[in-house]
Amino acid sequence: MTINAVEMKNISKSFGSVKANDSIDFSVKKGEIHCLLGENGAGKSTLVKILFGLYNKDQGQIKINNKPVKINNPAGAIKEKMGMIHQHFMLVDRFSIIENIIAGQEPTRTWGTSIDKKKAAVKVKEISQNFGFDLDPEALIENLSVGEQQRVEIMKALYREAEILILDEPTAVLTPQETEELFEIMESLKEDNKTIIFITHKLNETMEIADRITILRDGKKIGTVNKNDTTPQKLANMMVGREVLLDLEKSSKNPGKEIFSIKNLSYKNPVSGLELNEINISFKKGEIVGLAGVEGNGQLELEEIIAGLKAPDSGEILFNSQKITKVSTRERRNMGLAHIPSDRNKYGLVGNFSLAKNILLGSEWNPEFKNKFMIDFDYLNNYTDQILKEYDVRFSGKNSRASELSGGNQQKLIIGRELSRGAEFVLAAQPTRGVDIGAIEFIHRQLLKIREEDKAVFLISAELDELMSLSDRILVIYEGNIVARGKVEDFDQEELGLLMAGHSREER
Amino acid sequence: MAFNKNLKEILYSVAAIISALLLGALLIKLSGHSALKAYYYLFYGAFGSTYNIAQTFLKTIPLIFTGLAVAVGFQSGLFNIGAEGQLYLGAFAAALAAIIFSNLPGFILIPLALAAGALAGSLWAAVPGILRAKTGAHEVITTIMFNYIGILLTTFLLKNYFKEEGPVDQTKKIAEQARLPELVANTRLTWALFIAIFVIIIIYYLLNHTAYGYDLQLVGENINAAEYSGVDSDKVIINTMLLSGGIAGLAGSTMVLGVLHRFITNFSPGYGFTGIAVAVLGRNKPLGVLFAAFLFGILESGGMSMQLFAKIPADLMTIVQGLVILFVAAPSIFKILKNKSGIFRGDNS
Amino acid sequence: MNVLGTIFSINTLAAAIRLVVPIALAAVGGAFSERSGVINIGLEGMILTGAFAGAVGSYYSGSAFFGVLAALAAGAILGLLFSFFTIDLEADHVVAGVGINILSLGFTTWLMQVIWGQKGASPQVAGLPEIKIPILADLPLLGDLLASNSPIVYLMFIIVISSWYLLFKTPLGLRIRFTGEHPEAADTLGINIRFIKYFSVTLSGVLAALGGSYLSLGHLNWFSSNMSAGRGYMALAANIFGQWNPLGGFAASMLFAFTDAVQMRLQGMNLNIASEFIQMLPYVLTVLILAGAVIRSRPPAALGSHYKSNK
Repeated sequence: MTINAVEMKNISKSFGSVKANDSIDFSVKKGEIHCLLGENGAGKSTLVKILFGLYNKDQGQIKINNKPVKINNPAGAIKEKMGMIHQHFMLVDRFSIIENIIAGQEPTRTWGTSIDKKKAAVKVKEISQNFGFDLDPEALIENLSVGEQQRVEIMKALYREAEILILDEPTAVLTPQETEELFEIMESLKEDNKTIIFITHKLNETMEIADRITILRDGKKIGTVNKNDTTPQKLANMMVGREVLLDLEKSSKNPGKEIFSIKNLSYKNPVSGLELNEINISFKKGEIVGLAGVEGNGQLELEEIIAGLKAPDSGEILFNSQKITKVSTRERRNMGLAHIPSDRNKYGLVGNFSLAKNILLGSEWNPEFKNKFMIDFDYLNNYTDQILKEYDVRFSGKNSRASELSGGNQQKLIIGRELSRGAEFVLAAQPTRGVDIGAIEFIHRQLLKIREEDKAVFLISAELDELMSLSDRILVIYEGNIVARGKVEDFDQEELGLLMAGHSREER
Repeated sequence: MAFNKNLKEILYSVAAIISALLLGALLIKLSGHSALKAYYYLFYGAFGSTYNIAQTFLKTIPLIFTGLAVAVGFQSGLFNIGAEGQLYLGAFAAALAAIIFSNLPGFILIPLALAAGALAGSLWAAVPGILRAKTGAHEVITTIMFNYIGILLTTFLLKNYFKEEGPVDQTKKIAEQARLPELVANTRLTWALFIAIFVIIIIYYLLNHTAYGYDLQLVGENINAAEYSGVDSDKVIINTMLLSGGIAGLAGSTMVLGVLHRFITNFSPGYGFTGIAVAVLGRNKPLGVLFAAFLFGILESGGMSMQLFAKIPADLMTIVQGLVILFVAAPSIFKILKNKSGIFRGDNS
Repeated sequence: MNVLGTIFSINTLAAAIRLVVPIALAAVGGAFSERSGVINIGLEGMILTGAFAGAVGSYYSGSAFFGVLAALAAGAILGLLFSFFTIDLEADHVVAGVGINILSLGFTTWLMQVIWGQKGASPQVAGLPEIKIPILADLPLLGDLLASNSPIVYLMFIIVISSWYLLFKTPLGLRIRFTGEHPEAADTLGINIRFIKYFSVTLSGVLAALGGSYLSLGHLNWFSSNMSAGRGYMALAANIFGQWNPLGGFAASMLFAFTDAVQMRLQGMNLNIASEFIQMLPYVLTVLILAGAVIRSRPPAALGSHYKSNK
């Protein structure tokens, strides 16, 4: 009899009226790499969070190593020798690697009262060396790269002697090279006879690393297949439930005159110390300029400076040949800047406001929406209805609040608001992050439509596919420097990946 | 849906009041008195006669102002615990204006004195607002400190420059024409009631129907989104404190022009602090504040007759206020009760 | 008369040490509570309740020792109540804290009248004796200062140092700090965050109440209405200025206490300054310190938020 490291039977879980998991059966053999594949919102994270004790299931049974178990919290999961590497790292920035790893299971001395830092350091070093991680245990998390932080997450699980490792979308934040390195680590963990559950929505990764694959869609299990018995196209169809068109039509088009430009712009982030160095970018009408880069290399700083949320240390920003370096955010928006922010919940939406009041965001002083001194709510409501319809925002009731929308619909609401303002220059940062495939297609078409209307788009994205299919020109940012620039045809994905990781063009 | 949500909030508020009063009854019982008798006198004190009703309204007026002051701050994410100090500054400035310009006719002098009070309250609140916006110093602590400083400051000014001869630290009486006209004879219930309701209406429209109010609430809900959309949140924070302090200042100036007819040290029995409870109970909405202030007005005027006739210390009402704040702050307490009792089953929201 | 000499004398410092006790103990309590992620505006009410319970305990038992025990118990109860509201019921920390303060004010004033039939102050109760520690008396300079004090003063020094040790050297301390920074991460490490928060907030109640009992048993030997007089808020400011560290909190509390001591000395000196301005000193200082300190300080990342495991 083969041992099933994990066996979940008939698992269901609802959030309000949404069935996140609907009678799912899921089993993982000991020592395999099992891929859990599905779109955003398919229920993958919910399923593993139930397994790890973070969510309470509504119904169903769980067996670990063929033995029925009750897991009420992560402590229970850790006892069953499970470890989870979360999509959003569970690390305290201002604590050291050691502190992050040992918390909850600290070695002690002095009659068990004080933490034995030496013993902890020895053990952390040992794990680190076993997998060739090369990390200083005393280093603070905030000084580590994203890839290094992920290794700390893995070490946390290994420190607790996990036999079953759950990796929730671990590649979302990594460069292609870092992803390769992660896969090597996963292979060596497999050789150590560990069981790995790997969650992703990326088909090529699935085909590269998985032994078996379970596909979820809309909270239901669609099937489990051996990697060797399937193809990417079959997986895609199972995942989406219809034929997927992976290509977008982009007209060939000559860009017009320059509308927006950044000249010799420098900035030092006082918190992280990251520096933007002498950035020069010119944006022309009817053109999409893509900025490629691993997160945390200065994209956020650049986004905030362009939007007017931060002031640069030196350099200039020109909009329609007018200097706007010192102009306020409100005035920039009035001049025709639209901004799709990278962090939609932090910047783009007010969760507690109605949809109409979210559409009003940034236009509340605009005479169009006013009736003498008062806000003209009749007009606003009509206007809102139009935008919601045009941008295909799906909502449950007239008085829904923004927080009640799904991620994809929230994003469409923001895009509708920003693009309907008649902007000349669109700053689109991570416009498809965390939205499902249907919404991604829609958003991409909207951005191309804006390009057709002869407006300029600055697309900041971590998704190479997106950059390659939408951009006319591409820039690569690494540690605050633009390290490469050129027409989209001059790059291929592999090269972009290398440039994003800091390899220069000549090195090849 | 929005209507349901409002209804639910009202129900929770009512449940909070009833629970707090029941716990109060338990305390009365434990201290060896009759809760029924106590609450009878509470009710009698509040509504037993025209005079009593007038007294209840009289107690309600300053609470409308201070409750509204705190509520406006809350709407913008600011916790103004300094209404008490702002009230003192407002009262002092109103008395001063009324005394200095005592030869002006009433229709000019009254608005002038009211405005002076509002302005003084505004300026006193502005300092914590500026400190919050520019240095991040939390307004909860700075406004509390400004209460102490403000009360000491008015005492100092009074004693050294404006004190009337005699044992009491007070100014001389303000001129007849500076006093607000009485609504019910010999009750000191004056036009201040209409001023309070008028301010409620103004603030209601300001918050819900103007761009200014939109920005104010936006900063309270999501300061990052406010900045992103082009709002200068520092400016909104300072303006909100000015508005909040101005309303609290009106509490003081209407007390002086309507009730006291002079400035007296330590005249406020903590209207500024009760205003917090009023705002919390009223869910920081102008109309909610109106009802909550009226309820606390009942507790204040009824509490006095309870003390007089049933010999229950009126401080019991402070306990009730504290309980109301706690219960309203934690609506889930009633959800727990609801699930346990099953009374409301079938409502699956 | 040498004004500066009088201000900066051993006597002023001795007065400051007496004045610092309730502020410093509450500040240490605030450090525990806030390090675990719970803003504790309720410290003011916890000090007040501690002072009251201390007086009541001493009044009925005739022993100040039992008074202190009663204060600790009352602080624990209030801390548990505050925990229940902020942690289990997910009440807004600041609003619930204000509720606790108003409730404490109401309860103590009301019970005073029920128990003693008077509103202003309680009758005299048995106070704590001063303890002489011979070894300390032999120290140069500080000997006079430290040799003879209320036992709570010595206890305060022990508590400040051991709290620092607990927070920064022990597993429990790491878990408290972890919970305040990133409760979800703490949860995924198997740390019982509900226990950690309950423990920290309840401890803050106990410490603040101990500070309160010093007001009524170590200092004046009676309770008076609203005796805490804003010390809880000063403790909060001291905690922030002290960077959420018991040692820093103590140092900041000393600064407040010293200003207060100076204020009292100046009042006794018939200077040509209005007493109101002298009385303002500690409050003005609190505001100035807060305005200067906050810019550079970095509170626990999850301070004021709610997190529940196992949804």
